[in-house]
Amino acid sequence: MSPQPVLEISGVTKSFGEREVLHGIDLEVGEHQAVAVIGASGSGKSTLLRCVDLLEDIDDGDVFLDGEVITDPSVDTVAVRRRLGLVFQAYNLFPHLNVIENVVLGSVRAQDVPRAEAEQRGRELLDRFGLSGRENDHPDDLSGGQQQRVALVRAFASQPRALLLDEVTSALDPELVGDVLDAVRDLKSEGMTMLIATHEMGFAREVADTVCFLHDGRILESGPPERVLSSPERPETQRFLRRLLSAGRA
Amino acid sequence: MSSIVVIGGLAALILTSAGWPDVRRTFFSWEAFKDSFPGVAEGFWLDVKIFVVVELVVLVLGLVVALARTSRAAALLPLRLLATAYVDIFRGIPVILLVYLVGFGIPALELQGLPTDPVVLGGIALSVGYGAYVAEVYRAGIASIHRGQRDAALAIGLTESQAMRFVILPQAVRRVGPPLLNDFISLQKDVALISILGVLEAFRAAQIDAASTFNYTPLMAAALLYLCVTVPLARIVDRIGLGVGGQTR
Repeated sequence: MSPQPVLEISGVTKSFGEREVLHGIDLEVGEHQAVAVIGASGSGKSTLLRCVDLLEDIDDGDVFLDGEVITDPSVDTVAVRRRLGLVFQAYNLFPHLNVIENVVLGSVRAQDVPRAEAEQRGRELLDRFGLSGRENDHPDDLSGGQQQRVALVRAFASQPRALLLDEVTSALDPELVGDVLDAVRDLKSEGMTMLIATHEMGFAREVADTVCFLHDGRILESGPPERVLSSPERPETQRFLRRLLSAGRA
Repeated sequence: MSSIVVIGGLAALILTSAGWPDVRRTFFSWEAFKDSFPGVAEGFWLDVKIFVVVELVVLVLGLVVALARTSRAAALLPLRLLATAYVDIFRGIPVILLVYLVGFGIPALELQGLPTDPVVLGGIALSVGYGAYVAEVYRAGIASIHRGQRDAALAIGLTESQAMRFVILPQAVRRVGPPLLNDFISLQKDVALISILGVLEAFRAAQIDAASTFNYTPLMAAALLYLCVTVPLARIVDRIGLGVGGQTR
């Protein structure tokens, strides 16, 4: 009997108008596990993460957080989001606030943590991710890699049950990707539970315990990264990986 | 160099025109200026006071209406409709008509407790008129903030109203600073419309002087006083406008 998963996605469907983006997704993320969702652009990876964080309403199915359904209309969405952290492809830092204010806003306003305490913890986290001395800079003064690490710290600062990472390296210059992946590795080694949408196969292979291949809104295959990424069973997965390989991204 | 030639040419043209001596006597009489200036300045001080109070009311009213219009909750639909109707109606009526309607209409109701002071009535008319404009300026600013900002605010656990207050509104207000100030320059000038209710502000004072002396110099005095306020305001708009390109904080 396996312990209860932190996140359980069960039969989730989602359409935008006529276009069905997710066709019945089933997926589990266990405690301290990292699940990577791979797939082409437009396969529904981002939508899946947004549905889990309740930024999109799902049409059918359920999402459970620690065994409780969170997608029922009666559930307090704000309370659910406070237990999850989401990091965006485009960072989405708050440009009018400096780095430390970005990091503590959620803790102070949503979690009622005293500001001094939140700031101290924020500074420790920034320091840990190589951002000490940047507390008073504004996001525009930072490189993309630094901004994304601030965004990671912001999502992690309120000690979420799980982190949802949406293509966190896709907007970065190649030489800046490494620092962000190091930060994610660091969080993983600390035992953070993560659901990761990614294009970085090397990273998925290294960090993920499970890799799911999403194609046209369906999970076509999933399993340990060495199996899914090295000897995929489905022709769609093989084609996808071959294309990535020829593009030099695998 | 060429601009000096053009301006000099124009000046020469005006100064040598057949009517210039008359114009100079009736519009630029130093004597008439000196005589009328204290009265006009006193009237202008009233303009400034009305302007400041109305501006503050407009800033708050416009924000409240903009927030009502941009609210998302289904339960707030009546509020959204009310706000939309308010903007449509009061933005669609010329301010001068609003001043007439409020200034003469409300006292005509003869209801107890309603204001009868023309200064207050005129201020109300300007406030509801400009409130509608400013609401739309705020709304445009709110709409211009990328939706990723709202997503990020919700993702860190803020409520919709906290996201508005701490994330969206601070950015939106910064962005609409220049257009807001532009509206305030208009407002500062439109305060003169209150004169039609018989309020003795700068324009009215100048008009009375001009009518009794058959000399229009008092109106020039009033114009000069307006410029003393509107030109510095315009420079502030420039400053802020430049700042937006280079990141305001």
